[in-house]
Amino acid sequence: MDRVLGFILNIGLLKDYGFRLVLGLQMTLTVVGLSCAMGFVLAFPICWLRMSRNMLLSYSAMGYTNLFRGTPLLCQLYLIYYGGGEFRPFFQETGIWWFFRDAYYCCILGFTLNTAAYQSEILRGAIQSIPKGQIEAARALGLHRGAILRHIIFPQAMLVAVRPLGNEVISVVKASAVAAVVTLLDLMGQTRFIFARTFDFSIYLYCALIYLAITETISRLVNAGEHRLSAHIRARAPADARQESRSTTVHRSTEVTPA
Amino acid sequence: MSWYTLLFGPNGWIGLLLNGAAVTVALALTTVPFGFGAGLLIAVMKLSKYRLLRGACAAYTTFFRGIPDLLALFIVYFGLQALIDKIGTWLGMDGHLEVSAFTAGVIALSVVVAAYSAEVWVASIAAVPPGQSEAALSLGLTPRQVFRKVVLPQLGRVALPGLGNIWMVLQKDTALISTLAVTDLLRAASEASRATTRPLVFYTAAALLYLAFSTVSVWGQSWLERRANRGYS
Repeated sequence: MDRVLGFILNIGLLKDYGFRLVLGLQMTLTVVGLSCAMGFVLAFPICWLRMSRNMLLSYSAMGYTNLFRGTPLLCQLYLIYYGGGEFRPFFQETGIWWFFRDAYYCCILGFTLNTAAYQSEILRGAIQSIPKGQIEAARALGLHRGAILRHIIFPQAMLVAVRPLGNEVISVVKASAVAAVVTLLDLMGQTRFIFARTFDFSIYLYCALIYLAITETISRLVNAGEHRLSAHIRARAPADARQESRSTTVHRSTEVTPA
Repeated sequence: MSWYTLLFGPNGWIGLLLNGAAVTVALALTTVPFGFGAGLLIAVMKLSKYRLLRGACAAYTTFFRGIPDLLALFIVYFGLQALIDKIGTWLGMDGHLEVSAFTAGVIALSVVVAAYSAEVWVASIAAVPPGQSEAALSLGLTPRQVFRKVVLPQLGRVALPGLGNIWMVLQKDTALISTLAVTDLLRAASEASRATTRPLVFYTAAALLYLAFSTVSVWGQSWLERRANRGYS
């Protein structure tokens, strides 16, 4: 048993290179945390533009989301990191070359733009899941736009959005591994570094276990958070669910996020 | 040099890019039958009555859905090569059996896609009303016949949206293969930009080609879904 396990996982490796994995983990968490937070902030204006009645604004927001959702993240990262280098004289003149020179900032920028596109679509889906009648009723009661947004749309939409947003954070954690390709020493980058030194395959399995732990933790946190936030709905859910279960069984699996 | 000359001029790079694009499409299309097929197999095993089998399949899907796709590709790619070498030595073969990068890429992508699609298949199997299987069983069909003749024909329609999502992910994941040794669209763009030191042109061109794929896929998917749902609603 010891030999089998030793073949897959080399324990001694952790003694020599464990600190590198910790550094990488720190880097991954920082980059992902910053990008997700900034992407979340950016998602609101994009979503607002996308739902605007002005066709020009709506289409430009749609173009943005389609561009970032329809191309590989690695390609976007190359565009920013290597493509940015082409503007070097201009960036040096304006004094922002330090930003585009550093893979760290480029990754954060790329991930932020990318996740903002996904998150804005999640928000849009959540907002559109609010029945129109509620908004009409609120308007009939004389509430103004801001009040409707704050008291009626927002609290319900955010609850719908919790799970897909949590899934999005998980995908950003997973997608952030491509940062290693543009030389950032995140968890994946450190793993590749260690592998290049030792040629010990088990380092990839350690790396996988750490990623697995991160994604599993986030998914559990999201579950718990949603459970807590939806207490008021669950209290009356069983009766509703029984009534609707027949008509929804066919469609349930087809919807990933409410669109 | 202008963008136009770089791409379409006498020594333009568009040929290399289109070659890469063809490889990207080929990678994605070749992965589909293996990935989705293996996913269905795993889904059926997940519903098996043997606990060990169920557990193994759950572990498989949890593992590959929980780690970055890039890492999964690395693990399969390098692990596969190591495994083949090991088996080779056991069997006492002298030579070094090399798997082509393309084949290894397809296998690696299939492993990931199988894990993703298994969840979709499980949900679709659950979406077929149990009354149908019960009715078929009571008519004297064997469980295997029930699955093949009653459940399976209905799965495609229900699974289509979920599989479509995975197809979009798969398309973008092929770009990760460029970090291994396959000259796909993204790697072609990298080679062109290294040779000309004009990365912006080629990565933009690559992005537009990827965008074209995803646009065509969206059209194709909605057409397929309309077609599959003809008899409903």
